[in-house]
Amino acid sequence: MDFDVMISYLPLYKEALFLTMRVGWQGVIISIVIGLLCSAVIHFRVPVFRQTVGAYTQLFRNTPLLVQLFFIYFALPKIGIKVSPVACGTWGLGLLGGAYMTETFRSGLENIPKIQYESAESLGMNRLQVFRYVILPQAVSSSVPGLVANVIFLLKETSVFSTISLMDLMFTAKDLIGMYAKTIECLTLLVVFYLIMLLPVSILGNIVERRLRHAEFGS
Amino acid sequence: MQSLGLDVIFKGKNFIRLLTGLWVAVRISLISVSISIALGLIVGVLMTSENKVLKTIFRIYLEIVRIMPQMVLLFIVYFGTTRVFGWNLDAELSAIIVFSFWGTAEMGDLVRGALISIPKIQYESAMALGMNKVQVYYHIILPQTVRRLIPLSINLITRMIKTTSLVMMIGIVEVLKVAQQIIEANRKASPNAAFGVFAVVFLMYFLICWPIGKLSVYLEKRWS
Repeated sequence: MDFDVMISYLPLYKEALFLTMRVGWQGVIISIVIGLLCSAVIHFRVPVFRQTVGAYTQLFRNTPLLVQLFFIYFALPKIGIKVSPVACGTWGLGLLGGAYMTETFRSGLENIPKIQYESAESLGMNRLQVFRYVILPQAVSSSVPGLVANVIFLLKETSVFSTISLMDLMFTAKDLIGMYAKTIECLTLLVVFYLIMLLPVSILGNIVERRLRHAEFGS
Repeated sequence: MQSLGLDVIFKGKNFIRLLTGLWVAVRISLISVSISIALGLIVGVLMTSENKVLKTIFRIYLEIVRIMPQMVLLFIVYFGTTRVFGWNLDAELSAIIVFSFWGTAEMGDLVRGALISIPKIQYESAMALGMNKVQVYYHIILPQTVRRLIPLSINLITRMIKTTSLVMMIGIVEVLKVAQQIIEANRKASPNAAFGVFAVVFLMYFLICWPIGKLSVYLEKRWS
């Protein structure tokens, strides 16, 4: 392995890391917002919207991100909707993640036993109080493991962005291999940079998961 | 309004070609899933062992699979190992190696989860009835574990099929690559073909994964 070569590649990788992280985290935030909205729609049984949300989650959960990105990036311009690679990556990831997040939050809300609602109401709480003080805290805590898994999954999925010519880590590695054929060095750096990006999230996720276990109590 | 390329799909052998491409992806995932389930069962049982060394090894293995994108693993196996060891690895074989490596970890974790979710009292009661260890596993634990595992492994199949769309990156001609070729070939005749062709590919993936996912949810509800 040629360390001088690796050091000379570092700035390129650093730039790619920033771009990947930016697009990835923006996608994650969009997906959480979509997930919250959609799971609320399902939980409160809003007519019409509920069916739309159902169709959306099924459609996006059952197709690969790569296909979704290709559709957004190459197919939509043909009917007049043009998107830049960064916007396509962000929204593609956001829409895919939104479908997964919806499912996670929905099952978090659904898994709360009926007796919790009934007991809270019998204590004299109104519906808003029941939701705010009894249901929401439990739903949040039981959604956290799924949420963490989804975030890691989404940040991992950013690796397919290279196919829509977004200059992310994968793209940079591929490009450098293509130009200078320093395969081993490029791949090593690729692994190191993905570790820098994802290991902290994984460790932090584990800690958060362990601290938010109160919903498991007694069940 | 120009045509959106739906005619291109049925021109000549294009539709058959797309289906053939899809079959390549599905074939790779089915082979990988079979290997993953077989190895995953062993790995899962080993994960429940108390041995510290084994535990650490498997924890590292799981963590690698959890945070390394499959695309990176594909590149390492297909471009990296061939460079280091100088062997000649077929693209499809490297895809199968990577997806089995990934699937085994996933399956192993599912097996471990299913095994530890069986209450301890089941083991103890079976022992109290005078069964030996093999009998306990065969008659008591295995049937319960399998019931919990089947829906989850079916789910793994759909995830595998979705992930195999990545293999076009190492030069395997699967459905997305075929779609691109069709679009390129018809660039002059129908410049808007991209819409129709990619919409069809989108739908194809949906029509494969959706029923399988439904089946898994149904089984999970019925057997739980």
